[in-house]
Amino acid sequence: MSIELKEKPPLGRVIVITSGKGGVGKTTSSAAISAGLAQQGFRTVVIDFDVGLRNLDMTMGCERRVVFDFINVIQGDARLKQALIRDKRLDNLCILPTSQTRDKNALTKEGVEKVLDELKQEFDYIICDSPAGIEHGAQMAMYFADEAVVVTNPEVSSVRDSDRVLGLLSSQTLRAESKDAAPVKAQVLLTRHDKARVESGEMMTVEDVLEILAVPLLGVIPESQAILRASNIGTPVVLDQPSAARRAYEDAVSRLIGNEVEMRIEGERRPNLLNRLFGRAS
Amino acid sequence: MSFFNFARKPRRPKSAQTAKDRLQILLAHERSGGGTAENDYLPLLQRDIVAAIRKHVPIAEDDVEVRMERGDKMSSLEINIELPRSAASS
Repeated sequence: MSIELKEKPPLGRVIVITSGKGGVGKTTSSAAISAGLAQQGFRTVVIDFDVGLRNLDMTMGCERRVVFDFINVIQGDARLKQALIRDKRLDNLCILPTSQTRDKNALTKEGVEKVLDELKQEFDYIICDSPAGIEHGAQMAMYFADEAVVVTNPEVSSVRDSDRVLGLLSSQTLRAESKDAAPVKAQVLLTRHDKARVESGEMMTVEDVLEILAVPLLGVIPESQAILRASNIGTPVVLDQPSAARRAYEDAVSRLIGNEVEMRIEGERRPNLLNRLFGRAS
Repeated sequence: MSFFNFARKPRRPKSAQTAKDRLQILLAHERSGGGTAENDYLPLLQRDIVAAIRKHVPIAEDDVEVRMERGDKMSSLEINIELPRSAASS
C-alpha cells in the first residue's frame, strides 16, 4: 500500500485519546475524531493501543481486512505499510489495528517511538486510541503525545479517573520529562451528556466537570442513539447519518485543528409520554 | 394505579450537586498526594498518642480511637480516649 506524499510537509501531531475509566467512549471518539480530521483534508492515521482487546478495527468497520498489526510492526514481522489499512470511505485515513493475542509487553517505548516517527513523515495527525486504565498500555499510548483528549462521562468515577490521567499526562510523558518542551495540551471531551437530566439536577453540568478537572473543553457529545448505531454498522459517527452526536464531534474536530467554534450543547429529543410508558424512560 | 404514580413521581433531591461536592473533596485530597501518606500517618499518630498517655495512665491500645473527617474547607481529627475509672477519679 502506498501513501502518496503531498507537497506540504506533514504536521505529524500525535494526539492520545484517553480516559482512565473504561467504557466512556475512547474508541468511539478515536474513530469519530480521526474520520473528522480526514474529512477536513488532513492525512490521518488512528492507532489501536489496546493490545489484547482490540476494538478500533470493528468500530472503523475494517475488522475483516486486518492482516498485519501494530505488534507485528514493532516486532519486525511486517513493515508499517503492510499493516496500515486504508479506510474505504476516506482516502486520507488509515487505521493501524492491534493484535488480540500477543502479550501486552510487546509495546516497548522504543518500538512505539520508531513507528510514530515513521508515521510522522507521512501523516498530519496520529490519533492514539488508549486502552482503559493507567497501566503499561495506557502509558505507552500517552508517552509521545503532543496533545491529549481526555474522554469523560459526567459521572463521579469517570471524573475521578480522568483527574488521575491528567496527573499522569503532566508527569509521565516525554514532554513532561524534557525541560524545554511545552507540556502535553490536555482537553476534555464530555460524552454521554444528557441535557434533560442536567436540567433536572440529576447530572453534573459541563461547568461542574470543568471546574473540577480544570482543563479546557474540547466538546460535549450528547447521549445519542446515533452512537450505538454507528458502531453497530462499523462507521465513525461523523460519517454516519446526521445526528446531534455527529454535529458535536464535527465541532470538536474543528476546535482540535484550531478553529473557534461556539460551544453548542444539544439534547436528543425528550422521550414523549408514549415512549416513556413503553420503557424508554431513562 | 401504577400509571398515575409514575407520572406524578416526586423529584428526587439533586444528586448532581452531591456528586460534585464529593468529587471536589476527594480530588483535593488525592491531588495533594495524601491518599497514601494519610494512611501512614494516622496509625503512627494513634501510637504516639497512646504512648504519651501511657506515660501517665495505664491504658490499652484499643482505648484510643482516632477518626478523620474530611470536609470541604476543614478537616477534623477526632480522638477519643477511654480512661480507666480509677485514673479518672484520682
